[in-house]
Amino acid sequence: MAANPMYQFNVYRIGPEIKINNIDISFTNASLFMVISSLAILIIFNLGTKRSIIPNKIQLLAELSYSFISKMISDTAGSKAKPYFSFIFSLFMFVLFCNMFGMIPYSFTVTSHIIVTFVLAAFIFVGVTIIGFIKHGLGYLKLFVPSGVPMVLLPLIVVIEIISYLSRPISLSVRLFANMMAGHTMMKVFGGFVVSLGIVGGWLPLGFSVALTGLEILVAFLQAYVFAILTCIYLNDALNLHH
Amino acid sequence: MLKKIIFQFLALSLIFTYSAQSAESGGMPQLNPEFWISQIFWLVLTFGLLFIILSKFILPKISNNLETRKSQILENIETADKQREETEKKVKEFDKIINDTKVEAKNFFNGERQKVLDDINNKRLSLEKDIEKEIIKAEEEIDQLKKTSQEKITKIAIETSSDLVKQLIGEDINKSSLSAIVEDLSKKEVEKHNGI
Repeated sequence: MAANPMYQFNVYRIGPEIKINNIDISFTNASLFMVISSLAILIIFNLGTKRSIIPNKIQLLAELSYSFISKMISDTAGSKAKPYFSFIFSLFMFVLFCNMFGMIPYSFTVTSHIIVTFVLAAFIFVGVTIIGFIKHGLGYLKLFVPSGVPMVLLPLIVVIEIISYLSRPISLSVRLFANMMAGHTMMKVFGGFVVSLGIVGGWLPLGFSVALTGLEILVAFLQAYVFAILTCIYLNDALNLHH
Repeated sequence: MLKKIIFQFLALSLIFTYSAQSAESGGMPQLNPEFWISQIFWLVLTFGLLFIILSKFILPKISNNLETRKSQILENIETADKQREETEKKVKEFDKIINDTKVEAKNFFNGERQKVLDDINNKRLSLEKDIEKEIIKAEEEIDQLKKTSQEKITKIAIETSSDLVKQLIGEDINKSSLSAIVEDLSKKEVEKHNGI
């Protein structure tokens, strides 16, 4: 029968067990794909730094992604967000490459693990909050008090705003993790159908599988984009306090 | 056909329940905290290194490239504009030269024509003078001839009349009285002739 569709998310140790102060930091398949993604990004973008007036294909790719993310940041967070460009660029590329490497059969999707996405999201959340307090001091708390709200509703609104603010890292991390996990599970399930239904009935799930692969590639890009653009929006809140 | 579809659905549901059960038994590997610390460690390491290398070495180069390209393009456009302006200036100069030359040629042509006309006029004038002189001369000659012819005619008339008289009468008569009569007649004739 079909293999366990959740088996693909298993993390296992590669090589020896590494322990520091009784904490296990062994090199795993997850670590391997993080390293592969980072190296791929570095290689591609390093090849794209040639100094030529008419760019070749890789240079064009690098420069197009540069201007794409640069435009995205200036559109959503304004010109004040320029110092954070390289962080958002790295974030987008890292998430995108992890998602895309996950699309290769028998590979591992780093971003399908809640702990990874949560650490990224929590880092963004903490960073944005710190930036907000540095830029506006205690005035950053005005973020929770929208202007033009009747006094009667204010206590309720403030509570809702605080909850929505605190849930940002959770929504951000769960969105990416759940999308990646669900997509890969679906693909695995349909792949299992192809095998179990055989040559007679396997064509339908095979078609689904092919379609899902296309969809998943779209989702892989889209989720990286959403992750980056939400980071920009949070950054915008911290940099340009509108209330 | 319908049977086949029903069979497929049955098989699908069977597999679904199976996979669901197996997932339940295995659980979500994501929620197993065994490798959490390791994942966090490697994430921080790889992402940190990626961020540092990208922000310190690669992105500045790319932005530099974009900037230089932009500035180069602007520079090229500027030089192109300058050259175009220069060309326009040159074209204007060229036009001016052509216009000047045209005017000069016209002036030259006009001057030459005037000269030729003057020359022709002068020549005509001198020619007319010459002609007038000739005419005067001819008239004088005619006048002379008129006078001399009158005398000759008178002479001939006298001789003829004397001969006629001699033959008619048979003797010579006084020539002077004859000539007086002839002159008188001829004068009358001439006056008559001239009067008409």
